[in-house]
Amino acid sequence: MKFVDEFRDPSTAKALLREVTACLDQLGATEQNPVQVMEVCGGHTHSIFRYALKDLVPKSLEFVHGPGCPVCVLPMGRVDDCIAIAQRPEVIFTTFGDAMRVPGSKLSLLQARANGADVRMVYSPLDALSLAQQHPDREVVFFGLGFETTMPSTAMTVLEAKRRGLKNFSLFCNHITIVPTIKAVLDSPGMRIDGFIGPGHVAMVTGSAPFRFIAERYHRPLVISGFEPNDILQSLWMVLRQLLEKRPRVENQYARLVDPDGNRVGMQAIAEVFELREFFEWRGLGSIDHSGVRMRAPYAAFDAERKFTVPNAKIADPKSCQCGEVIKGVLKPQQCKVFGKACTPRTPLGALMVSSEGACAAYYQYSTHAVEEVA
Amino acid sequence: MCLGIPGQIAEVTNTEAKLALVDVLGVRREVNIACVIRDGETAEDVVGAWVLVHVGFAMSRIDEKEAQITLDLLHALGEAQAEAAALRGVEATT
Amino acid sequence: MNAVAKPRAVDHWRDQHITLAHGAGGRAMRELIEEVIVPAFDNGLLAPLEDQARIAGSLLGHGESLAFTTDSFVVSPLRFPGGDIGRLAVCGTVNDLAVGGAVPKHLSCALILEEGLPVETLREVLASMARAAEEAGVSIVTGDTKVVERGAADGLFITTAGIGAIPAGRDTGPRMVRPGDKLIVNGTLGDHGIAVMAARNDLALQIPVQSDAAPLNGLVEAMFAAAPGLRWLRDATRGGLATITNEFAREGRFGIVLDEAAIPVADAVRGACEILGFDILYLANEGKLAALVPAEEADGLLAAMRSHPLGRNAAVVGEVHAERPGLVTMRSRFGGERVVDLLLGEQLPRIC
Ligand code: SF4
Repeated sequence: MKFVDEFRDPSTAKALLREVTACLDQLGATEQNPVQVMEVCGGHTHSIFRYALKDLVPKSLEFVHGPGCPVCVLPMGRVDDCIAIAQRPEVIFTTFGDAMRVPGSKLSLLQARANGADVRMVYSPLDALSLAQQHPDREVVFFGLGFETTMPSTAMTVLEAKRRGLKNFSLFCNHITIVPTIKAVLDSPGMRIDGFIGPGHVAMVTGSAPFRFIAERYHRPLVISGFEPNDILQSLWMVLRQLLEKRPRVENQYARLVDPDGNRVGMQAIAEVFELREFFEWRGLGSIDHSGVRMRAPYAAFDAERKFTVPNAKIADPKSCQCGEVIKGVLKPQQCKVFGKACTPRTPLGALMVSSEGACAAYYQYSTHAVEEVA
Repeated sequence: MCLGIPGQIAEVTNTEAKLALVDVLGVRREVNIACVIRDGETAEDVVGAWVLVHVGFAMSRIDEKEAQITLDLLHALGEAQAEAAALRGVEATT
Repeated sequence: MNAVAKPRAVDHWRDQHITLAHGAGGRAMRELIEEVIVPAFDNGLLAPLEDQARIAGSLLGHGESLAFTTDSFVVSPLRFPGGDIGRLAVCGTVNDLAVGGAVPKHLSCALILEEGLPVETLREVLASMARAAEEAGVSIVTGDTKVVERGAADGLFITTAGIGAIPAGRDTGPRMVRPGDKLIVNGTLGDHGIAVMAARNDLALQIPVQSDAAPLNGLVEAMFAAAPGLRWLRDATRGGLATITNEFAREGRFGIVLDEAAIPVADAVRGACEILGFDILYLANEGKLAALVPAEEADGLLAAMRSHPLGRNAAVVGEVHAERPGLVTMRSRFGGERVVDLLLGEQLPRIC
């Protein structure tokens, strides 16, 4: 597959691993005192597990799995709101498959569907729009979630709904922004992350400018990275070289896709339809200022939050859940008290156990059994 | 986050709504191409381009030259290591 | 052929849709059975229309044992590229017998029809069952028909049961497996799962792929002829290769290491998986089996499979180990190794 297979070449990986190892040695990193690199994006977490990169790099490097899984950080109250909307008889509730298993305080969307709610999985918000056209007698609601990568698609879908004059389509907007979240991680006490592997597909939309503060104010390297295994290894090598040079900056490993200026059309659509919320509640991280968006007033007719009254209840994360610590990189998944006991993919307590992007689910699925010594 | 797949724009299906079929290993799907039409270009001009597809939207053009630069760099890295190893008289184990 | 044998039956039948009367035990039901169902399967054992098929004592040869299995089939849509529910209902049961080493002989067919089902659809499904039975060399010798109210079924459900004879001396199962045994599959994985998903069209993807639904008994016979030491066979239906290898490993208490690079996958299936974030290992198949075979017989077996039409893309995809009993792992193309666990529920498309 073009632009995929070339970046999965094992001999290149070996060459990169040698460079990574050399850098780590020069930095004096050890297993007891490893260099910690956070991959912000859940897509990177997925690749790191799928290709067992964690086992291929020296033990003097530790991947810290960041908050970049939009499903994982969705608070329970929001899931409850989804279900309240989905249970209305006139509603066809459309969502990406990712959100189906996320537990609300009582049900997940999958369970709500089993109980009779009309919940449908779609591949694209455009498909939700088509459903709205096919069912003029029903209210089609699309559950918009994700970071900046996904925002243009929902914004453009809303614009298209307006253009077509659809009255029965609305968006339940739960989009969140990545930068305030990285900032929250950087500001958290006990934070000891040395550098970042930056979210390539977010940067494809936003460009690299929003990430500069990480180098400028927090003096940490960030390398915008692709998602194939060699992309990640190369980015890791670039982060380590910055650490050696003691010159933290934003670099772009993913130049084949990321324009430093981002995507103009996408950003315009975002700016047209969305505005920042004062704050947004995250699972595990609490409330973060300006970390979510809502729909602007001119698009109120397409805003499910305005169209349907939702309970909007704030539901505290379960007490035993330590997702926040894991997201901040303070704890590793298996150090959470309930990991693998009360909290498993079958009975997720915390959000990180729900999505395959979630650090805890990935740990559980790919490495609960000791595979390290074999790899 | 944000599964994105490289695909090639095969044909425009709706010029006004900027929709086109994208091909991923023979699988086709209608996607929105508004984000990858550059200034002065029409939808038709994008046919044949490689793009990154995310949730039914072509989000970015893939720059084939940049991809090659990255690959060349990685390739050169392997060669340089092999040479260095040969100089030291050990066999490079690639 | 039935039209020729019973011309009267065809113009006699007028109903276009199944009604509750067709399940009520009266004349309408008798007509449905005699004029739509029985002619489709036309054979001497079914023809008497007794409450049971009467099979002569010669079904089993000396030293043979009887294999007996049943399976229910529900699929939406009823038709998809490469097959339909009827083909599945025959192939599924034939394959369940075949992977036990049995030579499938006779099948039963129980139908649950939803009120309102077009009779034409039923005819097509029955014709498809008949074709698959002919391919497999089995006959459908007994059956049952029920009609349920609209909404109580999704068009048509089928249950088939099957019997077959296991030749003397054929013994497969977990206790036969040894470390070093090779794991072989007979072709590309995931075709059925993706074909049905594409036919449903919820995700608006055009995917050029056909279901692999096929009776595997002929292939299995060729396999036993080439590798008499075959240890264990299973068909990789729901849950895919990941699920059966986990069953292999758990029941046999050994470890299995899969080799990602060796697993045959059609391009379009791979494309669909990349787009939707699916894992090919968990996709359903209806004409694929996995076999464990002694290493020394693997090459011969592979050659025999590849010369059979249903095994052209056969490949060795893994190996049995004594270490880590119960665990399946996969060595990635990339060198790392990861655990291949059972799936929690159905795979959902993801954007993350
Ligand atoms: S184990 Fe469960 S509760 Fe603990 S951090 Fe992980 S997801 Fe959260």
